[in-house]
Amino acid sequence: MEMPAPNQNVLKRKPELVKRLLSVLPRDAVIDHEAETKAYECDALSAYRCPPIAAVLPRTTEETAAILKICNEMQVPVVPRGSGTSLSGGALPTADSVILGVARMNAVLEINYPDRYIKVQSGRTNLSVTGAVEADGFFYAPDPSSQLACAIAGNIAMNSGGAHCLKYGVTSNNLLGVKFVTMQGDIIEIGGPHLDAEGLDLLGLICGSEGQLGIVTEATLRILPKPEGARPVLIGFDNNETAGACVADIVKAGILPVAIEFMDSPCIKATEAFAGAGYPFCEALLIVEVEGSQAEIDEQLEKITAIARKHDPVELREAKDEDQATRIWLGRKSAFGAMGQLNDYMCLDGTIPVTQLPYVLRRMNELSEEFGLKVGNVFHAGDGNLHPLILYDANKPGDLETCEAFGAEILKLCVEVGGCLTGEHGVGIEKRDLMPVQFQPEDLEAQMQIKDVFDPQWLLNPAKVFPLDSSAERRNASRSLS
Amino acid sequence: MNIFQPKTEADVAQVIRETNQGLSIFGGGTRGVCERGGNSLETTGLSGIIDYQPGALTMIAQAGTPLKEIVETLGQEGQQLPFEPMDSHAMLDLTGSATIGGAFAANISGPRRIQVGAARDFLLGVRFVDGSGNILKSGGSVMKNVTGYDLVKLLAGSHGTLGVIIQVAFKVLPVAETQSTLILEGLDDEAAIDALTTAMNSPFDVSGAAHAPSKNQTYLRLEGFNKSVLYRTEKLQAYLKKFGEAQVVNASQSESLWTKIRNVDIFADKDADIWRLSVKPTDAPKIVSAVGFKQHLYDWSGGLIWGTLPKGSNPRSALSEFGGHATRVRGQSGSIPKFQPQSPLVADLSEKIRNKFDPRGILNAGLMG
Ligand SMILES: Cc1cc2nc3c(=O)[nH]c(=O)nc-3n(C[C@H](O)[C@H](O)[C@H](O)COP(=O)(O)OP(=O)(O)OC[C@H]3O[C@@H](n4cnc5c(N)ncnc54)[C@H](O)[C@@H]3O)c2cc1C
Repeated sequence: MEMPAPNQNVLKRKPELVKRLLSVLPRDAVIDHEAETKAYECDALSAYRCPPIAAVLPRTTEETAAILKICNEMQVPVVPRGSGTSLSGGALPTADSVILGVARMNAVLEINYPDRYIKVQSGRTNLSVTGAVEADGFFYAPDPSSQLACAIAGNIAMNSGGAHCLKYGVTSNNLLGVKFVTMQGDIIEIGGPHLDAEGLDLLGLICGSEGQLGIVTEATLRILPKPEGARPVLIGFDNNETAGACVADIVKAGILPVAIEFMDSPCIKATEAFAGAGYPFCEALLIVEVEGSQAEIDEQLEKITAIARKHDPVELREAKDEDQATRIWLGRKSAFGAMGQLNDYMCLDGTIPVTQLPYVLRRMNELSEEFGLKVGNVFHAGDGNLHPLILYDANKPGDLETCEAFGAEILKLCVEVGGCLTGEHGVGIEKRDLMPVQFQPEDLEAQMQIKDVFDPQWLLNPAKVFPLDSSAERRNASRSLS
Repeated sequence: MNIFQPKTEADVAQVIRETNQGLSIFGGGTRGVCERGGNSLETTGLSGIIDYQPGALTMIAQAGTPLKEIVETLGQEGQQLPFEPMDSHAMLDLTGSATIGGAFAANISGPRRIQVGAARDFLLGVRFVDGSGNILKSGGSVMKNVTGYDLVKLLAGSHGTLGVIIQVAFKVLPVAETQSTLILEGLDDEAAIDALTTAMNSPFDVSGAAHAPSKNQTYLRLEGFNKSVLYRTEKLQAYLKKFGEAQVVNASQSESLWTKIRNVDIFADKDADIWRLSVKPTDAPKIVSAVGFKQHLYDWSGGLIWGTLPKGSNPRSALSEFGGHATRVRGQSGSIPKFQPQSPLVADLSEKIRNKFDPRGILNAGLMG
């Protein structure tokens, strides 16, 4: 993956930059020694690394604004960072960039149950948002698997989803308002505890903009009362087609499970070997979870199992108690770890129409043969969001490149059947150069126009999302390079 | 005065490219967004459902497709538009047939907004023609998509000021097997909002929460499978004991009740201006008494206030100490803008975005600021 050459002018002016940053921040908020900047050299797409020129860790929105003003004046690129769990390289620095980390801004600012919202600083982790309201019977719905670590800031930037978004939606459906600092250092508030912020939907635009439009420092989030209970059922099939058909039938029947997760046989085998959850060895496995009171759960599971039976499952296991439920989820939750035991892996994230599931899985296996790399699938089937995990050996020369080429083919396949390149992980650097597969040049131009409005100098996370060549002119236009 | 009724997206692009005057953009013209009488472009010629996948809960349609046709087609598969867009004919005294493109362009969401989200939350993809005549797309037709900036949300609710929407892809949901409504009687506004927000804090998955002061009634809707609705109805009744004994009405009564609430058909005074305020629910009664509406109705657990005021009135100063926003949906006034003015920084960003999409300022110019 190519990154633009660092601006030598910025590198030369590092002492001046650090001095100016220290004039608005306490010493411990500016990290400029090489040994320490290394801690910020990558996110969870760890195949790519580059230490930034410095990292800054503001404690307030005002400090954030002061930092941005300085960087804007000095034309220093800024890479926003939450917890660095991005899988697409969204928080990957360039050598001439400043990492702006929001991790120290993690306070809860307000909790309001009657109006069902919580206001937090954006560095707060996803799970600890729920943690703040859980004792009172509430939760924050979007639940990325990385929720223990990832920050609300990153969730907003990537419009993250999770296992339960089939019922509760993704981040943008649960975000009511933000406090947001532009590259020029202007502090803006959009939305709030009321619904549908007035005017153009800038909130919707900012959510999912991958840190390219401004820095989110505070967020107002929808919280919901916890359901009375939840229980999963596990259904095994001897082929992917049938499993796919079963998913469609469940959805059509008007049952709205909170989650429908799918695992294919390579993944089932790996998980069994790793976690021993007692999964049946079959071609395809579904985990369907429903919520409500005991009686409501029974009613829904009855309908689901009736539908499943019509498709001749090889296994049908209803969780009778908490322990059995945990066991059913155990395998799913350890799937990534299990695949990681087999080899290094790259996790993809395309979405397809649910109806195309069998074809896409078949084609993916053919590609796997062609490229000579194994692929396992564990994903959110209810909404067609695939997570193919391609196994490769990082120490074997050329393997990463083959893996990336294979990954690109899978994502092209997703687009070809009417889907998209990324369902929840974002474009970052990883899918940047594939954007023309999904968009015409004029569609990308329309998106880049938006960045022109918010960040005319293209200093915020500049080398991401758009193909490097298509953004080159804008990135270089107003920059003094010497 | 020219009225353009293009039949293809290429025609839409051509009309826009060739015009050098402002255009008012109409779907069915039932939302009272634009005034008739000037040059206009109507999308009703772009009609028809392009693709419907009940098993994937997605539909793609041309923007001018009548809402009625969409709802009927979905109904045949036991599905629906979850955000239940209102029918605003009667309230606004307008004729015409509402379109699916118009519902999204104006982000029209009904009572279920508080449970499942707004129109904009169900819009998966758009094709549109910008003010320079470029045919553009954003999003797609799948349920989860974070590929590139979310121009889909930006276009939803842009009221034709960024482009003419020509095609929409959206998510649908099954119609619930049954529904019931709990009705509490005789609560004043404060107590009613208390009851609504209390219900929304329960685990019983309320899908509608409204209060009609003119009828002295407070409504809570539950939807789902038979046994589940029965169970939750009893539970919620008990949960709300302190607000009185809730009366329960059956599915068909419940359905017609919520159609009325959704369509806000209680405003008899045809001369008054109608305002729609989006606020923090617990502020709602205070805002209502500060504004002094002639008649009013609360939906969205109090978060949505519909109210009538004498012609030319402006409720916004009363709103300023609370936050939220007010939109005039019926009535005209040269000096009072239809949409809530934004803070200078936000207004500036919005203005710049409009200039990018419509550099000549020809699409519903001046409507949103
Ligand atoms: C094991 C694992 C499982 C995962 N599971 C899921 C999953 O189920 N669903 C899912 O959606 N994702 C998942 N992810 C991906 C990742 O966790 C999410 O994208 C997450 O939202 C990133 O949050 P973060 O705080 O770590 O952000 P970072 O990685 O720090 O940054 C992500 C992006 O946000 C930008 N950003 C950060 N802070 C700000 C700010 N304050 N203002 C503006 N922009 C900012 C960054 O520049 C970057 O582009 C997973 C990742 C891992 C490693």
